[in-house]
This record gives sequence, structure tokens and C-alpha cells, in this order.
Amino acid sequence: MNAPEKIETFRHIGTRPVRPDGVDKVTGKALYGTDFKAPGMLWGAILRSPHPHARILSIDTRAAEKLAGVKAVATGKDLPTLESLVMHVGEGASDIVDISHNCLAFDKVLYEGHPVAAVAAITPELAREAAALISVEYEVLPHVLGLEEALADDAPLIREPAKGGTGETPSNVAMDVTMGRGEVEAALSGAAVVVEGRYTMEPVHQGYIEPHACVASWNGDGQAQIWCSSQGHFMVRSLTASVLAIPQSDIRVTPLEIGGGFGGKTTVYLEPVAMILSRKSGRPVRLGMSREDVFRATGPAPGAIIDVRLGADADGTLVAAEVTFKYHSGAFAANDAGAGVSSAIGHYRIANTRVSGIEVLCNRPAAKAYRAPGAPQVNFAVESAMDELAIRLGMDPLELRMKNAARPGDLQTSGLPWGEIGWMQCLEAAKAHPHWSAPLGPNQGRGIAGGYWGNYGGPSTVNLSVAEDGTFTVATGSPDIGGSRASMAIMAAEVLEVPYEQVRCVVADTSSIGLSFVTGGSRTTFATGMATVEAAREVKRLLCERAARTWQVPAQHVEWRDGHAVCTSGERQGSKMSAAQVAGSSLHSGGPVTATSALSAQGWLPGFGFHICDVEVDQETGHVSIVRYTAVQDVGRAIHADYVEGQIQGGVAQGIGWALNETYIYNKDGKLENPGFLDYRMPVASDMPMIDTVMVEVPNPVHPYGVKGVGEVPIVPPLAAVANAVRAATGKRMRSLPMSPDKVHAALHGEG
Amino acid sequence: MPSPAFHAPDTVEGVVALLSGDPTARPLGGGTDLIVQMRSGRIAPGAVVDLKRIAALSGVRREGDVFVIGAATRCTALKDNADLCAAWPGVVEAANLIGSVQVRNRATMAGNLCNASPAADSVPALVAAGATCVVAGPAGTREVAVQDIPVSPGKTSLASGEFVVEFRLPARGARAGDAYLRSIPRTEMDIAVVGVGANLDLDAEGTCTAARIALGAVAPTVVLVEAAGAALVGTKLDDGALSAMVEAVTAACAPIDDKRGTVAYRKAMAGVLAKRTVQIAAERAGAKA
Ligand SMILES: Cc1cc2nc3c(=O)[nH]c(=O)nc-3n(C[C@H](O)[C@H](O)[C@H](O)COP(=O)(O)OP(=O)(O)OC[C@H]3O[C@@H](n4cnc5c(N)ncnc54)[C@H](O)[C@@H]3O)c2cc1C
Repeated sequence: MNAPEKIETFRHIGTRPVRPDGVDKVTGKALYGTDFKAPGMLWGAILRSPHPHARILSIDTRAAEKLAGVKAVATGKDLPTLESLVMHVGEGASDIVDISHNCLAFDKVLYEGHPVAAVAAITPELAREAAALISVEYEVLPHVLGLEEALADDAPLIREPAKGGTGETPSNVAMDVTMGRGEVEAALSGAAVVVEGRYTMEPVHQGYIEPHACVASWNGDGQAQIWCSSQGHFMVRSLTASVLAIPQSDIRVTPLEIGGGFGGKTTVYLEPVAMILSRKSGRPVRLGMSREDVFRATGPAPGAIIDVRLGADADGTLVAAEVTFKYHSGAFAANDAGAGVSSAIGHYRIANTRVSGIEVLCNRPAAKAYRAPGAPQVNFAVESAMDELAIRLGMDPLELRMKNAARPGDLQTSGLPWGEIGWMQCLEAAKAHPHWSAPLGPNQGRGIAGGYWGNYGGPSTVNLSVAEDGTFTVATGSPDIGGSRASMAIMAAEVLEVPYEQVRCVVADTSSIGLSFVTGGSRTTFATGMATVEAAREVKRLLCERAARTWQVPAQHVEWRDGHAVCTSGERQGSKMSAAQVAGSSLHSGGPVTATSALSAQGWLPGFGFHICDVEVDQETGHVSIVRYTAVQDVGRAIHADYVEGQIQGGVAQGIGWALNETYIYNKDGKLENPGFLDYRMPVASDMPMIDTVMVEVPNPVHPYGVKGVGEVPIVPPLAAVANAVRAATGKRMRSLPMSPDKVHAALHGEG
Repeated sequence: MPSPAFHAPDTVEGVVALLSGDPTARPLGGGTDLIVQMRSGRIAPGAVVDLKRIAALSGVRREGDVFVIGAATRCTALKDNADLCAAWPGVVEAANLIGSVQVRNRATMAGNLCNASPAADSVPALVAAGATCVVAGPAGTREVAVQDIPVSPGKTSLASGEFVVEFRLPARGARAGDAYLRSIPRTEMDIAVVGVGANLDLDAEGTCTAARIALGAVAPTVVLVEAAGAALVGTKLDDGALSAMVEAVTAACAPIDDKRGTVAYRKAMAGVLAKRTVQIAAERAGAKA
């Protein structure tokens, strides 16, 4: 609904056909990470650290090895010693030494749940029993969880200082990024109105339903297979090969269906360990995580402390912005600060800006990408401050945003100009939407917030082949998380001018298709889609060429029309051949018809979203109910409209969870108190209103069908949209997430 | 985990014999606590004794004005009995706040009680109702007030070989009503931060003649706050009476600070919910505002 009238007319783009992987999924036949079993497979178990920070003095595995049915035991000593090497294969860069030490601790454990040893046995029960028999002697070290505590002079250091010293004072700062321009202090002191505030939150988890699991089989000749679910099987291949110091081509990774990743499945935790256990036992080995393992040891999104100052003239023109934030990095270097800096205030025209962020090492699991990694935290602070500024100016908050909204050509925080962005169009669509002017009931308030995400392109490979009967198979290297098989089939069918059902799409393993980057950064429909279109155009060209050869006419006399090769001039003018006729005679007309497109997609554009949220606050209990929610987003062009709307609704749902109840709770001993869905409170269906979506289509001119990434933008604005709505309903500004009932109650009635 | 023996006897005596024979054996209702705890490794009983094969243990029946609810009755099945819903809507609602529909299609109130969680949802409603349970054991049967079953988190007063056979909800007057409310951060699938059950009897003039208020999750076991009930008796539930009741409720709270709520929040919510619960119960009893 709400899609603007299309200027161009399409056969398939923007329609809503059934996804090709749908029946398998709804009937339970689809093979996910935990479903795969190999003949002779052993069951693995991992022993994890009970301490948040400790030195490993010794590991005694003898009792475990003696247990009948145990076939292999591994510790960090079984992984090769590696030289530092930063690889850009997940979402952001990682050092393979960190990845290796995160898979199995080497000399220190850095968080509760850090893997210390692993076993493989003939049953899962035996494997768990054997893991419990491994005795580890620890020297417990002081631990640190909080951002400010970890920055204190006497804080325990998570990373050992470099040998020989670098001259710098060792600290827990893992990354430090600053961007901006102009004279911030001078502009702030000259501003008519300045608002400032500190905003805080604890880490949150991606909350994918499917826990990590894999099966690895490593043969004596060095060749190996891995079956797992991930956001990128090429990422699994390159990281596993690098951690094990073996050739990538010796590993074939077969992607299984993925039950959610949201950025959290862009690295390896289990695969190198399963490989070691397989090599030692000579059998395929399965490793899987429990939900508790997932919470304790896989990437949360960082918590944050964010300081914001915004200054404006009396007419609402923004003159200066300063944003300074600290993010949790966890046990190893993470990648959120850079995107946090570039996602903070670039949606406004501001002459004087300074945005800087650091990442802080601490005794928590290493932070991992979570849907628009680094953006929602800082956006919460900035869009809350914008709300406050509007109140101080006595200005409509939507007008304030329209007045200052960045347009194409304006400078981003990085200093580069924005391309064809649809931010202003989103604001206009929101203003025109009935939600914006709908009346509110008692104890209700309306909040708004806007945000953006840079999106990505990068390497993708697609192979498109024609079967003898003229049906088509698209093979990609991109795991299908949000319906990309359907979107690829739509784009190929659009190019080939054939029915959607005539094109089927599969995700091919690492040995069957060329390199493709992770499904992350909202890149797949854009980049893999570009490769699909390119391959489809080449197949179309080949089909015409084969028809020309069959008719013995010059190639330029044949065109593809309405799913057929058609001769456009000469004696054979008007002759037609379908894909089936061409492919069916390919033996004689030049061989099988297939085309591969391998590209690094450039020219991606960011996505912008604007959200309107109505809440009702129970003033006596502090309970916040979301009563109405509308998300407006520039989607470039929706290829499969359902999946675009689904992405928007999913992002909003996760953002609402982050805003209202989700949070990591550690006790004073550095142990996670809520490693399960009972006490890690993601929203349940009854917490959610229907989330109305408005797709604004400002096509990306570089993409054949105008695609812009859509998956990450929608999690950016909800934190502030909800907080601003709570402010409107209660008069209280909530600067600390989550806005759980007890915290809202305390804000309304005072503590204690 | 060595797999436990599974028994499905078809008589009450059979259950008692099995439970007496193995002190680690546990009765199995819906298993929505028991199986979860066994799988997590928290408990490892030598045997589980399924109660659902005993026909008399499932279902709701009337004995005169008394409702008798079999211990193996699923929470959702309570909703099918229109007379029970009319007489004890608070009890039925409390049992049907537990978990999700899937959970309630298995879960029983007896399991909720005997799991002995301070936050068990059906328990404050049953205590407010003045419910008793019939307990069978090696020495025969005895009838016990519901609030006397839990003794501390995870522990009950049931002796070895004993189990709960049924609940009995007493006869009540024409102008009576009960209600249960809980505070949870979400809207369902959550554990009570505070739960309050209220049960009122009114006379023809709307004066409260009896009142029972019970609290969950604010102490190691369910708390029957007699002073709160007393504050309402003899009143028309005016603001003054309600304030006195809320004061008694707050005073009776002895909660802990934990990941699910602070002491201050729990106390505040006990008061807020007690007032709301009494108002709903009064409305059901036919009080004029
Ligand atoms: C997802 C989920 C959500 C939940 N949400 C809630 C909630 O919102 N509120 C809430 O209160 N609970 C909740 N629970 C806990 C649980 O569902 C309830 O406590 C339920 O009522 C237990 O009943 P059951 O029949 O399944 O008990 P079982 O698991 O069968 O038994 C529980 C315990 O009681 C014992 N027992 C069972 N029957 C008897 C008997 N007749 N006599 C003596 N001992 C007996 C068992 O041996 C065991 O120790 C939830 C559980 C899950 C898994």
C-alpha cells in the first residue's frame, strides 16, 4: 500500500509473488544449522569460562579423554599461532588472531562464556559429560564491564600491552574515530538555543531465533566440508581457513537455511573448533550453541554513553552539533564506532560539526554487527535532542527537521556530498500521512524521529543457466535472509520477460559459485541483484545469438521480445524462438546457455527513514504501550513489496524491543543474569501494534531497477521515536534505555 | 542425564505407591516446569509419574456449591466451564495468564502451586478464593489450605509420597467477585513482578462482608494479607478504605531487588494492583460505584 504510482511499468518488479523457499520453511522441511547430520557424525560440546577475566594456568583433559565414547578433545593450543592479519570479510574488519582467540581462549579468558576447550563424542550427553570432566586452573583477574570504569586509569587491561611498548599509555580504547568541520565551540556559544544531554544504554542482542550450529568434516588429505548457517559462507570459508592456516580452496562450505542473523552471523565461533575436532577424530563433528551460549558468547550490539550538544538560531536553523560517544567493544576490537560517527548527524545541514566515538574493551563478549551497527545508539541521542530543541524553540518537531534536512549535494559528516537521497520526500510523506494529524487519547503522546544508514555494495557472483526446457536457474553466493531468492527471481524474470515461476533461485556453496560478500550492510538486493540483472542480460544476448545462428541471420537482426528471440528483419523477419526452443537445441546451436556475472557493485545509496510513534503510558505502573506506529522509508524501488515492508516492520519491532525492555543484565561478579528469552525481554506479538509502512520510492539511478538497501534503516529511528512519544505523554525525557516500566515509574514518581 | 523412568498409573493409589517407592520421583502435570528444569540439568528425578491417565484428576465438577478441580486439569480447560467462569472469574483468568496458549494447553494449577515459585500466577487467586487442596499420600488423604503448600521457593509442605489430587473452591454468596492482576514488563510470556488476587463478598447494601487479598512475588511464598482484607470489611469500598487496604498491602511486602524488579517498584506495584484488583472484584460482585 501507499506506494506511489509507478512511472515505469514493470512485469514483476514491485509485485508480491510467493517466495520459492516458502513451502520448505512453513512445512518444516528446510534444513537449518541444527538440522544437518552427516554419516558417522560426532557430537561436540564446548567448555566455557565461568569467569569474566582470568588467566588460564593449566587445562587437564585426561579424564575427558579416558571416557569411553570420547573421540577428540581440543584446546586453544590446537589452533595454529597466527600473525596479526586484518580481514574485511564480515561486516567490518577483524583480526584473525582475535577470531582465533575468541573461538578457543589461548592464555586468558576475557568474558564469562569464553570457550576454553571442546570435545567430540558419540552422543551429545557423553560430549557434555566429558566437557565437565575437563579441569581448568584459573588465576582470576579483576574484571571490568562499564564504559567509564574501563576507561579509568586503574582499570584492568583487557588487551596485553604490546611487547616492547608502543610509546602510548596502554588503555582499553580499541578504536577512536572523529569527523566534522567548522568551529563548533564558537557556533554553540553564538547559538540562540543550545540543548545538551547524556544518553545511555546497555548492550542488546540481535536475538535471532536460530542458535549457531555447524558440522565440519576434515579429511586426512586436507580437504574439508562445512555445513552451517551464516550470513556468508564465503566469510566462513575465509575466516576458518585463515584461523587454521590452510588454503581456502580446501574448504567447501555449504550454506544451510538461516534462522535470522541481523549482523550477528557475520563471523565464525564454532567452525574452526569443529574442524579441529574433526581432524583429531577423523569423523564429521557437529557443534551447536544453546540459547544461553548465544547470549553469553556471541555478539551483542554495544551499549553506549553518548553526549550531545545541538545549537540553533531562533528560527530553528541548526548551527552546530557536537556528538561524543563511547561504545562497548567487549573482549576484542569491534566495528561500530566508525558507522556510529557517520550515522549521527549527517541527515541535517549543519555548518559546524564534530562527531567522535571510541570503542572500549571490557569483559563482555565481543560486540558484533546488529542491523545498522552503531547507528541506533547515536541516533537515539541526536533525535531525542532534536525533540528537546523543538520544544525549547516552540517549534513543530517535524517542521524543525524539514527546515534542516540534508538534500542531495549537501555534505555528509565525512565531507562527501549526499547522492540521490529521499530524506525530504520521507518527511513530506510523513506530514501528509493521516497518522501525523490523528487525535490522541488520554495518557497518549506522539513522538517522531528520522534516521539513515549508509548501505553497501561490494562483491557478488551470480550464475544464470538455462535448462533444456527453457526454464532458468539463478545461483548466487548470497544467503537468503529476507527473501532474496524471490527478489533475484523477480529481477531475472523482469529482464528475461518470462513468468516469475520460470526462474528459480538457489544459494550455491563456495565451490560452486564465485566469491560473494556476506548478506549484510543491506547489500544483497542491490549488489547481488545487479549481478543477477547483468547475468540475465548476458543470457538474453546469448539466446538471441543462438537463435540468429539457427536462423543463419546476423546477430543484430535478432531481439528479445516478450520472452522470445524474434527476428526483426530480412527473410526470417517475424520468426520466433522461445528459450525452450533455443536451449532444447543447444547441442547444435553452440552449447549450453549460461552466464556468470562477477562484480563489485558500486554506487550504492543510503536509505532514510522517518517514524511516527504513539504511546500510551500507564501513569501508575510506568507501562508503555505502543498504540500506533508508522514507518516511512525511502526504499529506492521495492523489488518484492512484501519483503520490503517486512524488513521495515521487523526493524521497527527490534527497535521497539530495544527501546522498551531489552537489555543485558550482569551481576557484580561479571556474570550474565538474563541469558534467555524469559528475562532478556524481546517484544512478544501482543506487545506490538500493526506497524504501518509507507514506501517512498526515490530510485537509485545506478541500479538497473533503482534498488537501495532497506533492511537496516528501520531499526535506527524507533529508539528516539518511542522516547519522544513517552516525553509527549508524560513530560519526562527518558535518557536511559530501556524504558522499562520500573524506570518510567521512577521517572514519574521519583526513586524509592 | 540418565533418562528417568516414566510411569503412567491409572489410580491415585498407584501414584502414591510410585512416589513413596522413589523419593526422587516427581509427579508430572503439564511438565511446563518439570521438563524445563530436567532439561536444564537443574533437577534429575529418577522417575516421573504422569497424572493425566487418571480420569478423575482431569476436569471440573460441582459438589453442591463447591467447585472441585482435578489436579491434572489444563488451564485452558477451566475456561470451558461456564459456571466456574461465572463464579470464579479471577481464578480462571489467573490460570489463563500463565505463559502462552501453547503452555496453558499443558499447564495445570497444581503444577503451578507445587513448583512453589513465589511468582506463580494462579496461586494468589486461589489463596484469595480461600481454596483448599486435597492431598493424597501413604496415610490417606487430607485437606490443606492452598497457602500452606509452598514453604519457600521450590519447596512444598508435601511429605514423601504425597501429591495434590484436587482443588476445592468454597461455596459463596450471591454478591461475590474475585479478580487477579499481575505486573509484567511485557504483555504476556513473562514472569510476575507482582501479582495480586482479591476476593470480596458484599451484602445487599454493597457493604463488604468478607475480603481476602493475596500477593505473589513480593515474598518467598504467596502472602495472604489479612490486614488488607480487614481494612475493607464493613466498608463500602470508599477511597479511605481502599487507601487503608493499599497501606496494609505495602506493609506486607517483603520483596527482593533482583533482575526482575526493585524493592521500591514491587512495593509500589503491589499497592497499585491491589486497588485495581479490588475494584474489578467489587464490580463483579455488583457493587455500585
Ligand atoms: C514459556 C513458559 C512460560 C511460563 N509462564 C508462566 C507464567 O506466566 N506464570 C506462571 O505462573 N508460570 C509460568 N510458567 C511456569 C509453568 O508453566 C507453570 O508453573 C505451570 O502452571 C506448571 O504446571 P504444569 O502442570 O506444567 O507443572 P509440571 O511442570 O508438570 O510440574 C511442576 C512441579 O509441580 C509438581 N507437580 C505437578 N503436579 C503435581 C501434583 N498434582 N501434586 C504435587 N506435585 C505436583 C511437579 O513434580 C513439578 O515439581 C511458564 C513456563 C513456560 C515454559
